[in-house]
Amino acid sequence: MRIDQTRVRVLLAALAALALTLGIAACGGGSDTSSSETSEEGGSGAAIQSNPENGKVSLTIGSKNFPEQEVLGEIYAQALTAAGYKVKSALNLGSETVALKAVKTGQISGYPEYASTALTSFFGLEPEEVPSDATEAWEKANEEFEKEGLQAFEPTPFASANAVGTTTATAKKYGLKTVSDLEGVSEKLSLYGSPECRQRIDCLAGLEKLYGLKFKSFTPVDISLRYTVLEKGQADLSILFTTDPQLSAEKDKFVILEDDKHVFPAGNIIFVTKKSVAEEAGPDYEKTILQVQEGLTLKVMQELDARVELEKETPKAAAKAYLESAEYIE
Amino acid sequence: MAKGESAVNLPHPVLASFGGAVEFIFTPQTSNVTGGNKVGGFDKSLELVLKHLEVTVIALAIALIVALPLGLYLGHRGKGELFAVGIGNAGRAIPELAVIALVAVLIGVGLQTVAPALAILGIAPILVNTYVGVHQVDPAAVEAARGMGMSELDIMRKVELPLAVPTVMGGVRAAAIVIIATATIAPLAGVETLGDFIINRNVYGENGLLAGAILVALLALTIEGLLALLQSRLTSDGLKLKTV
Repeated sequence: MRIDQTRVRVLLAALAALALTLGIAACGGGSDTSSSETSEEGGSGAAIQSNPENGKVSLTIGSKNFPEQEVLGEIYAQALTAAGYKVKSALNLGSETVALKAVKTGQISGYPEYASTALTSFFGLEPEEVPSDATEAWEKANEEFEKEGLQAFEPTPFASANAVGTTTATAKKYGLKTVSDLEGVSEKLSLYGSPECRQRIDCLAGLEKLYGLKFKSFTPVDISLRYTVLEKGQADLSILFTTDPQLSAEKDKFVILEDDKHVFPAGNIIFVTKKSVAEEAGPDYEKTILQVQEGLTLKVMQELDARVELEKETPKAAAKAYLESAEYIE
Repeated sequence: MAKGESAVNLPHPVLASFGGAVEFIFTPQTSNVTGGNKVGGFDKSLELVLKHLEVTVIALAIALIVALPLGLYLGHRGKGELFAVGIGNAGRAIPELAVIALVAVLIGVGLQTVAPALAILGIAPILVNTYVGVHQVDPAAVEAARGMGMSELDIMRKVELPLAVPTVMGGVRAAAIVIIATATIAPLAGVETLGDFIINRNVYGENGLLAGAILVALLALTIEGLLALLQSRLTSDGLKLKTV
């Protein structure tokens, strides 16, 4: 029996490609209701007050799909739940483009974004044009957001930036302290970074253009492997985040090189939402978000990242621990 | 973007972005996160297509080396159906990204990680189809061969395998398609395939995403066509006549 399967296979091939496209488009799908941890007591001054008025408002808090973002998303979601809102979360948005679109179309109410990313990725600023002052960066971003009917709340105390990292051994061997020190040796060194790093001006493209560096090779990897490739000795240099817990927990193992020409703009978190959503949700929306992010210093954020990335706690549990220890919730 | 404007006249936005994607494949485009560097274009597309092809061919070869002899042997013995089909179906259920992540932690990233991880996906259909194909060969033909004094190895090689070619090739084609489709996640483990266009929407935008999907689909169709051709060359004429 010889059955001609070509037609079927052709169809399957087309379906496979289609499914792939759809699969990626639908990355922002999953959402789960966070349990209601309503605190009704008004004991400590810092505790979030539950307002029964807010029970009529449903909010969906989003975040991008890596640990720091998920923790932030959880913190905001749980705090807003404590304030009496009906809160759902969608903490797996693939990229800022997807997240912004979700805000605009109302699929999510808001999500945390780095002010620097907003300015470079959404509003086309060159990395060196991003203000180093957090408030200035926020004001500039908010101005642009307002033109599109959006709004960004005030920034967090901590800022996060990409950085060129390496092992202490490599840094010692070549005498590396700043990114500029790579001049003359970068040709011998391999660089690993996220797949989109190659093209981005606030990543490899910027290192090449603004520092004039050429690397032996650039290899794209998932950001969750950024330390693995250094540990395995595959990468001489790897793109890390300044909030990475490994940088404080394994201080004698990894170092980051100072970005002396500002290719990697630092970004404080600003919560991006729609103006209409903020008006509908009432004053407690902004108030709660600003209140709970007050405690988010670089050290606290590194600790929270450590709980999730090194100690394998869930973002939900880490967020809850933060909110409880700061006495925002009981 | 002069050429892109013509696409706007198309009746449906999907068709318009289709035009943008085709343009992305052939002409480098601007992107607002690259500091003025152009992205996409024919040279880059070709480079990614070739890399995608390379990964696919290596993964398929590994899958063949593992699954074909095993399926042949099990089918010939008529034993281990549960094993073959079980392994086959379990293979389909393994989340590929998890395999890649695991292998990456063990041996690092790169082609040496991605190719074996993708091969696991290809083993399933080839193993199952080879087993079934060989198992269902007419026992009379096998007995006749044995009666003529053929060794068991010869029976497998000269009787069972040729008779099972259509079914085996069905498995190979299914394996090729699933490997091509999944090779799009390779950029997460150090190998830049067409998935680069699809994963990095921040850089390439919707046009790049669609361009990647179109190229993957075309590549899958091409490979499928070539394998179909190969199948018809490998199938013995006697087998073809039998069905008429």
